[in-house]
Order: sequence, then C-alpha cells, then structure tokens
Amino acid sequence: MYNKGTIIPGLIIFVLILTSPIWYNGLKAGDLPKPEAPMGVGKQCVLPVQEMRDTHMQLLNQWRDEVLRDDDRSTVVVNGKTYRKGLQMACMQCHTDKEKFCDTCHEYASVKPYCWDCHLTPKQAVSKKETH
Amino acid sequence: MDNQRRKFLKIAGISALAGIGAPALAKLTSTSAFAAAQEGHTAAAGAAHGATEQSGIQLGMVIDMRKFIEKPEMLDRAIAACARVHNVPEFPPEKKKSEIKWIWKTPFENAFTDQSQARLSTAVEHAQFPVLCNHCAEPACVKVCPTKATFKQKDNGIVAMDYHRCIGCRFCMAGCPYGARSFNWEDPRPYVKTYNPDFPTRMRGVVEKCNFCGERLALGLKPACVEACEGSGAMVFGDINDEKSEVRQVLAKEFTIQRNASAGTKPSVFYIV
Repeated sequence: MYNKGTIIPGLIIFVLILTSPIWYNGLKAGDLPKPEAPMGVGKQCVLPVQEMRDTHMQLLNQWRDEVLRDDDRSTVVVNGKTYRKGLQMACMQCHTDKEKFCDTCHEYASVKPYCWDCHLTPKQAVSKKETH
Repeated sequence: MDNQRRKFLKIAGISALAGIGAPALAKLTSTSAFAAAQEGHTAAAGAAHGATEQSGIQLGMVIDMRKFIEKPEMLDRAIAACARVHNVPEFPPEKKKSEIKWIWKTPFENAFTDQSQARLSTAVEHAQFPVLCNHCAEPACVKVCPTKATFKQKDNGIVAMDYHRCIGCRFCMAGCPYGARSFNWEDPRPYVKTYNPDFPTRMRGVVEKCNFCGERLALGLKPACVEACEGSGAMVFGDINDEKSEVRQVLAKEFTIQRNASAGTKPSVFYIV
C-alpha cells in the first residue's frame, strides 16, 4: 500500500469525527423520556400501551381519514368507554398535558409532527374560553 | 441491383404509412376511456338544464330573506354562532385582506351578480344577504383541486375540506364562482375570539370555507347558523333531493333564486327574496 503513513491515520481520524456524537455523550443515548401518564382515568387507552407506543401515528391517520374523507364520525368503544375519533376529542381528553406527554418522546426522538399547527392543545383550548 | 433498391423503397414506404396510419385508425374506430368520460360529461351537463333528476342525498338550504329583512340582527347571531363553533378568526377592518369568511353578509348586487339590479325594492336594496358555500352538486372547486383536499362527500353531498391535504395553491378560490373560500394569509389564532375545544383552528397557508357543520350533523344537530335562527324559518336545512324533506316543501311552495346559477355548478343554497 502506498502512503500507508497518511491513509491509515487519516481513516482513523475520519471515523473518530464521524462517531464524535457518541463519544461526546459518553456512550449514552441520553435519559430515556418518561411521558407522564394521565392521572385519575385508569390505565386504559383505545389500544394496549405497547401498540399505542408503536402505532399511534397510524391510528391518528386512520381516524383522520375516516372522519374527514369517509364522513365516518362513529365513536370507538373500548371496555365500555366511548371515545370520539379525534386528537382533541379523544386523546387530549385524558392526556391533558401535551407538553408532559406528547413532547417528551417527540423531542427525544427529534420528531416534529405538525398536529398542533391546527389542533389545539388542552392548554390553548382553555386559554380563550367562552365567557357565557 | 436497381430492382432490389426499388423494392426496398416500396416496402419501406408502405411500412411507414402503416405505422403512421394504424394508431389513427385505432383511435377512430374504438371508443377510448377518454371518449366515454366525455360522453358521461355531456350527460351530466344535460342534467344542469333540468334534464334529469339528481340522485343521492344533497344537503342544501333555503334562506328566506323576508325574515332576515324583518330581523337583521338574526343574521349577526348566525354568523357569530358559526365563528364560535368553527374557531373562525375575526380580523380588524384594517386587515380586510386576511378576512376569513364562512358565512357572511353582502348586498343583493354582490350576491346575485347575474340578476337585474335595476329598480330593486327598497327593502332588498338595503338588505344584507347571508352568503356561504353553496355546496354545489357540480362544484368547480373540487374539479380544480390538485390534491383532492376538497371533495364532494358521497353520503350527504357536502363539499368538504381536508386541511391536512391542502397545499394552499388557491386554485379552488379561483374556481369558486361565489367567493366562498378564504385563504389564511397569516396565522389565524390571534384573531380567534373563543376556542371551541372540539374543533381545530386552521394554519397559515390553507384555504377554508363553510363545511355545512358536518361535525354537528353527525351528532344529530342542525348547522350552527340554522340553529341560531331556529323557530323563525329564516333558514331551512335538509336534503334537497328528498321530496318529503322540509326544504323541498318550502322549495315547492315558494319561488326561489340561486346565486350565479348560470355558472352551471348547481348550487344547493336557495333564496326567497
């Protein structure tokens, strides 16, 4: 191999720079997010916890399409509890703190969903309440 | 040698002719999907002139201007109810450019541009007409939308919007002959007076309009504006294709006009003037 003296140290430096975020964080991925479960409404959700963690985004899209495009505004009944299909109408009724629930994981995973461009967070919804 | 070249040129010429002619011949003889679609279209256009009756549910409305002329404040109530239910922003007069309109007031000459405005009765001349999306049977806005963000709902004929899909191109605003669509030039939230927690707001860059209260109909309620005029009979709402519906009874009894009917979009909002 020609120029062994420069290529190999060069490669090592390159790999080190590439992996620098890992070294910088001391081989840790940061503290795992702990989304705050809603208080006083039990442990039940529309799907089991693990499924919600994995597929809540698909469920939201499915609800959105059913409600808006197919005009299917029927309710979802799980274990006797009735949920209206909708982010504001179902999810945020129990998960009343978007900052402590949604944002914890989304920030950790650097996911930026655009839900809240239009949908109101519970905090925003009460900020301009009807007065009568 | 010469003979062979002559033969070759002949064959080449005939092949070229066949190659050019065959697709043209195929097009002339067969009925393509496009042609079939065109035929369907002319049939639909025929319906616009009252040739065939529409089928399926088509929600519509009759607005009785005699009642609104009598009680103009009822219209303000209806508009306020709509804004409250749908988080419609209200911009100050100096920001009229950004105005968002679902149901709004306009004089006769602006509402009925294709009607004669000569020698109107004093009451009509000074009246404010409630105008809103006409939920046309043949909506021009739906035809021009490149993303299908606006579409005709099959089960009730409402011209609905899916704000998630709207890219803000404003073709629909150009297509709508009624000016019933508004563009969000800026974030509407600072101008929304009160929030309905069950309904979203819109964001900057999407087009919005009246949805005939699709979300309220699902709960068995009447549209907010109709509810605000409850009891007066100023706004009658229902299926205009159903002969037994209340709207059809009113339509059968009274002479009504539609806004800009000549645009051929078959508007579903009728006015008794």
